[in-house]
Amino acid sequence: MFSELIQNLIDDTIGDGQSLQYFQSELWLSGTIVVMLLFRLFSLDRFLPTALVAIAGAVVATIVSWLHLHTILGEQQDVSAPFFTGLLIQDLFSVYFRIFLSLFLVLTIALTMLSGIPDNEDAPDFYTLLLGATIGMMIMASANNLLMLFIGVEMASVPSYVMVGFLKGRKSSSEAALKYVVYGAGAAGVMLYGISLIAGVLGTGDMSLLSDRLRIVADGGVARLGDPEVRTVALGIMLVLVGLAFKLSLVPFHFWCPDAFEGASAEVGGFLSVASKASAFGLLVRFCVSLSGDPSGAELMTAFGLGLGVVAMITMTFGNLAAYAQSNIKRLMAYSSIAHAGYMLMAVSAMLVMQNSDRAMALGSEINACIGGLLYYLAVYLFMNLGAFAVVALIRNHTFSEEIDSYAGLVHQSPALCICMLFCMFSLVGIPPFGGFFAKLMIFGAAFQAGELHWAMYVLLAAGGLNTVFSLVYYVHVLKTMFIDERPADARPVHLPKLEGVYVGLLGLFVLILGCAPLIPDGLNTIASDAANSVFSAIAPARY
Amino acid sequence: MNPTALLSFIIFAPTAGALILVLMDGRAVDKLRNVALFTTIITFVATIILYTQFDKSAVGYQMLVAKQWIPSWNVYYRLGVDGISLPLVLLTSLVCMLAAVASWSINKLHRGYFILFLLLESGMLGVFLALDFFLFYVFWEVMLLPMYFLIGVWGGPRKEYAAIKFFLYTLAGSVLMLIAMLMFYFNSGGQEHSFNLIELAKLAAGSSSELAGGLTPSMQITAFVLLFIGFAIKLPSVPVHTWLPDAHVEAPTPISMILAGVLLKMGGYGIIRIAFPMCPYGAYYAAWALVAIGVISIIYGAFAALAQTDFKRLVAYSSVSHMGYVLIGLAVWKISEGTGQTVNPDMWNMGISGAMFQMLAHGISSAGMFFMVGVIYDRVHHRDINKFGGLMAKMPIYSGLSAGIFFAGLGLPGLCGFIGEVFVVLSTWNFNPLMAIIAASGVILTAGYILWTLQRVYLGPEYKGPHADAITPINTRELVVASTLMVLAVVLGIFPNIIFSIMNGSIGELVRHMQAGYEQAAGVLLVQLQAMQQVRL
Repeated sequence: MFSELIQNLIDDTIGDGQSLQYFQSELWLSGTIVVMLLFRLFSLDRFLPTALVAIAGAVVATIVSWLHLHTILGEQQDVSAPFFTGLLIQDLFSVYFRIFLSLFLVLTIALTMLSGIPDNEDAPDFYTLLLGATIGMMIMASANNLLMLFIGVEMASVPSYVMVGFLKGRKSSSEAALKYVVYGAGAAGVMLYGISLIAGVLGTGDMSLLSDRLRIVADGGVARLGDPEVRTVALGIMLVLVGLAFKLSLVPFHFWCPDAFEGASAEVGGFLSVASKASAFGLLVRFCVSLSGDPSGAELMTAFGLGLGVVAMITMTFGNLAAYAQSNIKRLMAYSSIAHAGYMLMAVSAMLVMQNSDRAMALGSEINACIGGLLYYLAVYLFMNLGAFAVVALIRNHTFSEEIDSYAGLVHQSPALCICMLFCMFSLVGIPPFGGFFAKLMIFGAAFQAGELHWAMYVLLAAGGLNTVFSLVYYVHVLKTMFIDERPADARPVHLPKLEGVYVGLLGLFVLILGCAPLIPDGLNTIASDAANSVFSAIAPARY
Repeated sequence: MNPTALLSFIIFAPTAGALILVLMDGRAVDKLRNVALFTTIITFVATIILYTQFDKSAVGYQMLVAKQWIPSWNVYYRLGVDGISLPLVLLTSLVCMLAAVASWSINKLHRGYFILFLLLESGMLGVFLALDFFLFYVFWEVMLLPMYFLIGVWGGPRKEYAAIKFFLYTLAGSVLMLIAMLMFYFNSGGQEHSFNLIELAKLAAGSSSELAGGLTPSMQITAFVLLFIGFAIKLPSVPVHTWLPDAHVEAPTPISMILAGVLLKMGGYGIIRIAFPMCPYGAYYAAWALVAIGVISIIYGAFAALAQTDFKRLVAYSSVSHMGYVLIGLAVWKISEGTGQTVNPDMWNMGISGAMFQMLAHGISSAGMFFMVGVIYDRVHHRDINKFGGLMAKMPIYSGLSAGIFFAGLGLPGLCGFIGEVFVVLSTWNFNPLMAIIAASGVILTAGYILWTLQRVYLGPEYKGPHADAITPINTRELVVASTLMVLAVVLGIFPNIIFSIMNGSIGELVRHMQAGYEQAAGVLLVQLQAMQQVRL
């Protein structure tokens, strides 16, 4: 009996289960961490900079994930294979996130190499944290069990706390880290409580079983809040959503975000704003999909969908309005990332409303398009937000300032940085021909279609449109300072080495390409919607 | 020349010119100017070739181009011209060429200026040639970015305020348009959703072979209101016109010429190309409101112009007033309650023709008026009308041409402004005599402020304002721009058929099409009504 269990585990891990095969990217990153630490132990980092080791590991992880993508696309069918005894799941969705995260890791490490944070002394520590957090995020995106949901979130969060406080000498940095830890710990506790409630009532942590179990538990097969068990589950769902809302910095769980971003270096800010948010969205989608689609829970989950819509509306409005008053560019970007979390949440909300309506069967491709749009948005967001943070980091190295006023007239000294900023900012507003427009169009389209099922989605769409107009003012304020104002005579000059120009130019180019090139947006969109498709088929194969 | 190459060349030749400028040395000012001017001239020549290849006798779109762009969203790179877009394309390339000549007065950051200028031209031509809603929207927004910086960097003292105000207003309109775009996209059924403007318009008229699904009457009304607000901001009509005086006053002269000469036409073009054919029922539903807004714009704009002391602001308000005629001319659609047939469709046809002509005439006269203001501003560095006077003596040729162009704006018979206004007012009589009377009385106010301005600026014994010694006669470069516009104003005033012959076919088609669309939508309503009665019985 015991030996059989062991044999099963071995089979699952290295035998037919292919678990290690699926887990390759994470393993490569883990191996890189070990190598980096060993390098320092034997003082090899004096001969070979740690950053190069880290970037090599990240590149390998990207390539491995890319090969997985090709394998899956080559098989011409939706592969969704639970592995590690069902704790994690391998499908196009998790592969998409692995590529996304490891590519982003490559770009972030490249940025840190250009901007010189961290120095050679601290490099192994920093990159260990960076890679460790990325592994956690990959686990988040492929979690198939409530337990892994929690472990993934914590694995991603704990290194992030340290990275925020990485500028050791600065008081504001330590303060930011402390705030982040306290909030994070609170949110983690709340989330764990929620998980225990759900798992306790439904008797399983396996996310693919949740909606079926909910039907069994509910009185008469329909989940209503009057039923104490359903009420407990609903409370649990809400608490888990609170934990995720913290990671996504949704209002009212966003308070850590501006402080953490201001205290952390811009490189870390860029990493947190994109990677951490993206993986949290991946997890949110998996969690929400796992609970919906079954008629018994439709009413309950529609309510949650509408609730998320309201949160989205408040989040984007608050984020945009609060960004007006900022004079520090990193705080401004923090509020902008809050607002963008609101836009992206629209897609999840629309998905929940459609997936739990009685027309869910007929709306298959529309539901797909919600998540496909979200994935596209994340891909564009990667380039535009990282581009903006890269510009901030590179300018900081010359002027030692992150105040927006210090950017006055910068276009005359360093046009490449300013034009990259222009691309990123207009893309963040959502103006064509930049990628942000196409992404926003998809999300708005999703909300519009959900509007046919519930009027509140039209309100959400209108709020999204209105917020687009709001957001213009503060983004353009930064550009106005850069392009229109005169550079003060006593300002420190910013002269850019060629390599940095190439880096930001590349990011800017991608922002442009994702908006107007003929083939690439289409290819990405196709992959994104396939990935979205896989997440639905993984959870409820019977219904598709 | 094959249409794909020709139309793409027209749109992207300015972009290519901008790329060449990027590679050039920013200090070689004369070279930069020449390259930019040369690019606009080539583009103008290309549009002339387009004109010669255009078949005036054919009805509907010509030289269609359709290339897949984003297949998963069914977005196409779809271009084409018809009698409505061709005159505006010609106007755009002409005004841009003249504005490039006028850009010699720009005195800082020349390279950046000309790059943005050429990108702007690409965007404008793209808007007039695009026949895919998505592509149209992309070009529509692409225009915004250069315009923001052209006003914001090279503008007057309150340039930042004016630039962001322009941007905010237009973006607000664009977002409404975006929502309407989604409505059409998701309501066009059939094999797949579509952004195709031609097929969407046919769908509204019930004659589409590709698309199925319904643009229901209520959806048409909502979409029309969203689109109309978006386009009315650009047009601009009262009460969303307030960005215009600020933007015009602060923008440098050549950009004011483009703003008044081309950008305002996009509002009218958007209504006639998108809002009308795609929601005929909505258009008829809102006809009265549109006429009323147009009349208010005419009267309000004229009174506001009377009150101005800033020369450029006066011209800006005159634009608000003149564009009111465009709105009225488009909207005078009257349907008999009893028969459901259009009353006097020929009169409505004439109204649309008048509106189109008014757009072209205004493009020429207002660009000219802004240029004339710019010429004197370059010399004396102020625009206070009360400090002018006596320019006739010092700058006789300039003053003569100015008077001519202002008269064209006023609508003097024999000049271009007259035809459009008369056509519009005559067709309004068919719609409602009272509205026609009020609209016509706007002409008196127009005459009032223009004559009063001429008197204060050009007549009088001598110039007593600042920089009196800087006043020199008009130079050759300025003379070329001013006389070109003057000649066009006269030619179009005497031979309006040059333009009407291009437009007639397409406008007739539009009118027929809108009637069919209305009948289709009214039929849907009737069926609904009968169903409801049956339920009640």
